[in-house]
Amino acid sequence: MASIGKILRRTFLIGSAAIVGGVAFGVYYVNRPAPNPLKPQEGETALNPFVLIDQEGVTLFAPRAEMGQGVMTTWAALIAEELDVELDDIRVLHGPAAAAYYNSAMLGEALPNKGYDISDFQHNLAEALGVLGKVLSLQVTGGSTSMKDGFERMREAGATARETLKQAAADQLGVDRGLLKTAKGAVIAPDGTTIPYTELAVAAGQIDPPHVELRDPSEWRILGKHHPRVDMVEKSTGTAEYAIDVRPEGLKFASVRINPKLGGEMNSFDASAAESMPGVEKIVDLGNGVAVIASNTWLAMQAVEAIEVDWGEAPYPPETDALFDVIAASFDGKANSAMRDDGDVSVMPEGATEITAAYKLPYLAHATMEPMNATALFTGKTLDIWAGNQAPTIIQSKAAEVANLDTEAVNVHTTYLGGGFGRKGEFDYTQIATKVAMAMPNVPVQTTWSREEDMRHDFYRPGAMARMRGAVKDGKAVLYDGQIAAQSAVYQAMGRIGVPSGGPDKVLVEGAFNQPYAIPNYRVRGYVTDLQVPVGFWRSVGNSFNGFFHDTFLDEMAHAAGRDPLEFRLELMKSEHAPSAGCLEAVREMSGWSGETPDGVGRGVGFCYSFGTPVAQVIEVVDEDGTIRINKAWIACDMGLALDPNTVEAQMVGGMIYGLSAAAYGEITFAEGEVEQYNFPDYDAIRMHTAPVTEVRVLETNRHMGGAGEPGTPPAMPALGNALFDLTGQRARTLPLSHSFDLLI
Amino acid sequence: MPISLTINGTAHEVDLPEDVPLLWVLRDEVGLTGTKFGCGVAACGACTVHIDGEAVRSCQVALSDVWGDVTTIEGVGTPDAMAKIQQAWVDHQVAQCGYCQSGQIMQAAALLAENPSPSDAEIDEAMQGNLCRCGTYPRIRAAIHTAAGKLKEA
Ligand code: FES
Ligand code: FES
Repeated sequence: MASIGKILRRTFLIGSAAIVGGVAFGVYYVNRPAPNPLKPQEGETALNPFVLIDQEGVTLFAPRAEMGQGVMTTWAALIAEELDVELDDIRVLHGPAAAAYYNSAMLGEALPNKGYDISDFQHNLAEALGVLGKVLSLQVTGGSTSMKDGFERMREAGATARETLKQAAADQLGVDRGLLKTAKGAVIAPDGTTIPYTELAVAAGQIDPPHVELRDPSEWRILGKHHPRVDMVEKSTGTAEYAIDVRPEGLKFASVRINPKLGGEMNSFDASAAESMPGVEKIVDLGNGVAVIASNTWLAMQAVEAIEVDWGEAPYPPETDALFDVIAASFDGKANSAMRDDGDVSVMPEGATEITAAYKLPYLAHATMEPMNATALFTGKTLDIWAGNQAPTIIQSKAAEVANLDTEAVNVHTTYLGGGFGRKGEFDYTQIATKVAMAMPNVPVQTTWSREEDMRHDFYRPGAMARMRGAVKDGKAVLYDGQIAAQSAVYQAMGRIGVPSGGPDKVLVEGAFNQPYAIPNYRVRGYVTDLQVPVGFWRSVGNSFNGFFHDTFLDEMAHAAGRDPLEFRLELMKSEHAPSAGCLEAVREMSGWSGETPDGVGRGVGFCYSFGTPVAQVIEVVDEDGTIRINKAWIACDMGLALDPNTVEAQMVGGMIYGLSAAAYGEITFAEGEVEQYNFPDYDAIRMHTAPVTEVRVLETNRHMGGAGEPGTPPAMPALGNALFDLTGQRARTLPLSHSFDLLI
Repeated sequence: MPISLTINGTAHEVDLPEDVPLLWVLRDEVGLTGTKFGCGVAACGACTVHIDGEAVRSCQVALSDVWGDVTTIEGVGTPDAMAKIQQAWVDHQVAQCGYCQSGQIMQAAALLAENPSPSDAEIDEAMQGNLCRCGTYPRIRAAIHTAAGKLKEA
């Protein structure tokens, strides 16, 4: 335990460093600081900078990627709160890729607890285990961890900067630091003398930062309130720069085709027709695919399509049914985990009614709005990569491998992301862009995938199956025994970055084993399927299928028990986790839930606790002349502290719509080893006319801070299925629902 | 033979094969990257621009078929001088990733030009070709209503 204490103390060492014309504030980690992205002068200690103050003003480095979740603005607010500057006066940049920005909260999620029952001790332990993140050099945006991660660090950086600047002013004016005040980016003396931070920056760089206390939340003027997002004007005027928009001098445009039998080889190709097509400058052999560099992206796409290729076979059974046979067979093997095993599920309680059900969910694509693309410039000695990405340090080292360069010779420029949802935590697209650019040294080349290439070369949400067995007695759940089988996204992702994996996969069963219900006999087991279909992290990860499995089965149990489905859940939850129960009570009140609906109207409730945040949803569907429309939705969530409630609301609605899109229409299937969906007409989503009118309530009773970007997704799928059951009496045990219900499209 | 185009009031000579879609002329030749590529098959609306005021999918219009003056998101307003519709988008904090929003704004602007106070049903009808994977639809709807009100005041 002693060593953990040591790590805890050292995890949050705020420091400063003199820079040309000013001062930087940031965090020193653990024992040995990670390489400093700002490249300190010789003799200076490396610092992981969050705040930089110079003659130009105050600049903040946001080490997390802005995928649309408002993280840049909220990180800025954390600093501004303590530093006493106005949000409008801060410049926010994506920090350069640096191991120093490791993601401490995400590693905390790896602890073997259910989350909602976390004690303060475990909470601290989780934070301490964050140091593992540094070992793995994870600078990853995902797992809804951004705010949990930055919450302490950014405020400490802001407070330390403030007090150091005050000390610089105190030295200059010959007054005690305690007598000085700060506001609007300046230090103010008792006599009214005002010195802007910019003028104190150089002197502050020479002072050892004093120890600071963080302000009490009751004193906050910025946090907890809504602030206009810093990226909003750019994103409303077409001036926000995404990776697909970067235009370095002399840029060429490329497009790519990789074997659609995923992971298969390329036997041969014939590019003779493509070579003479307009605008074509170079055909590139990628080993497992081909690319064309041209003067225009569209011309490159036409030419790459014209290449005749003989593709090798896929390393997995080529048809969807055969894949699901393999998934089903994994139930016969040894369980990979039993993360929950309360009471004794082998004994059927006296007088109880047993029910069983089997569920099956499809593979899913991320389908980010911006198709995969990256730009690279290779000089032989250095490599520059421009990419919207969720993991710059991984991209940097993986590109270095391809280019045969030292990691330090690779510069990753992170742009805005046109959607991430987990897809841009991979590094395939930046490796491909690197290979393409290496075929034309000293020329920047942008490699853009067609939508078809994007849809058919994803790291998919794994197809998953569940076998559920439960029992009800006297209107209550007395036994819940769940089995879940799927490919392990964690094993695969770890394998891709070269980190050994194995052992119980908690993510495979998250959303099922860790739900806050007091059921006396309660077991959840996971089964890992060994298949080579590329799978990865899809918004909410394991919760995206377990949310549906676990909650739909609870709905079936409530029905079997003859109980109102909302009251049935609430009763089991009340003694187990009050914030979760609070969310259910909130949607009950918001929707005027009575358990009764008029003819032609159905309502369903769904609940999932994920990423530290319980979310309850009620969905209402209406039958309009035989076509079913999703009419209304009510959402309640409790992530403890909501740093910007307006942004949280947006994430809850967006997360729910992402889940409804998958539940209603989403499905990736395979034939002859190839994905059968090509573009949005085959993989549609919720649109303006199919989106429900939605009301959100953000509660703040949870003791620990939870995420916002993902928890809105899992409960949407069961809530919609449960509503359709209420409307039609037909139970949805597979998705998408458009196969079995006449949904409005 | 170069083809002449008028884009946001400026004349351009473009030397590209005549079947290149307007989208890729704008993005890769003229350097106007506010108009986005999402699907290439008229299924997402990210590429929406105006030709003579009409909202069209620029991924479907060949260079040689451009029949009138082109307006892109850059021609609607700038960060320092936003159009009322863009201001409404900012006021409602519509964007998440923001990638679809140029197309959404161009589609909504064409709707409002034709119908100064659209009902919810009319918004559904006009906007259903514009996909937003981030799910910003409720705020888009609210921003269109606000913009309609502002445009009437003016
Ligand atoms: S890119 Fe034109 S409609 Fe999608
Ligand atoms: S805001 Fe991301 S796709 Fe619309």
